[in-house]
Amino acid sequence: MKNALKITPSGDRDLVMTRDFDAPRKLVYDAHTKPELVRRWLLGPPGWSMPVCEMDVRVGGKYRWMWKKDTDGSTMGMGGVYREVEAPERLVSTEKFDEAWYPGESLNTLVLVEKGGRTTLTQTMRYESAAAREAVIKSGMEQGVAASYDRLEAVLASTANVTPR
Amino acid sequence: MQVTHRLDAIFSALADPTRRAIIARLASGQASVNELAQPFAMSQPAISKHLKVLERAGLISRGREAQRRPRRLEAKRLAEADKWLERYRQLWEGNYQRLDTLLDELKAKERKPQ
Repeated sequence: MKNALKITPSGDRDLVMTRDFDAPRKLVYDAHTKPELVRRWLLGPPGWSMPVCEMDVRVGGKYRWMWKKDTDGSTMGMGGVYREVEAPERLVSTEKFDEAWYPGESLNTLVLVEKGGRTTLTQTMRYESAAAREAVIKSGMEQGVAASYDRLEAVLASTANVTPR
Repeated sequence: MQVTHRLDAIFSALADPTRRAIIARLASGQASVNELAQPFAMSQPAISKHLKVLERAGLISRGREAQRRPRRLEAKRLAEADKWLERYRQLWEGNYQRLDTLLDELKAKERKPQ
């Protein structure tokens, strides 16, 4: 059965994503806080890898992520600071892209709720303004066009064969 | 810039639960302000305020009948907003499908520790 991803605008400047995972929340939390796990799934459109994934997961600690497009070598980086760290249920961090196309930084709140071995993830992204939220949604459209489902299947198949370190 | 403001108005308009309910009601046919106010236990001015926001976002329009001036849904505008969100959703769905695969692997590892 498919776990559907829901994304809804909330209030004037929030975006809320919810999705269920067939795993206990400790594992989902690990996948969000251990760099060697994060870099295996947080990749965006097909054709991008994540050569830089540094995370100092504690209150006040910084993180730094960078993605690279395999075909032309172009890069995209972002980073921020952890504001709240409560394993395995809550993680609050700031987020700012190196070449931000929207004003200010966003405040991201990850909440994990476990029920019967399954985990409901709620990720709230609070942007500096309604205009900033919209800029983010519009960029999703541009990248989404490139990410056709066919290629996604290929990525999933290859990911399944990779052994974690 | 124009387009930015329009879409922004749509998302802000849709972020309110009463306005989403009004949209849902209008999806089943046009209705007058009075008819719209009834199920919400709200005063007519309060409803009118919400309708104004929806109108400004281009999500609803007014009919021509002089007395009732029924409001109706502008489905095209709504679909436009949906389209933006859907692309964004696809981008994240790609990430989360990879996460599904990873979690399966982690679960299997936990079951039989080396």
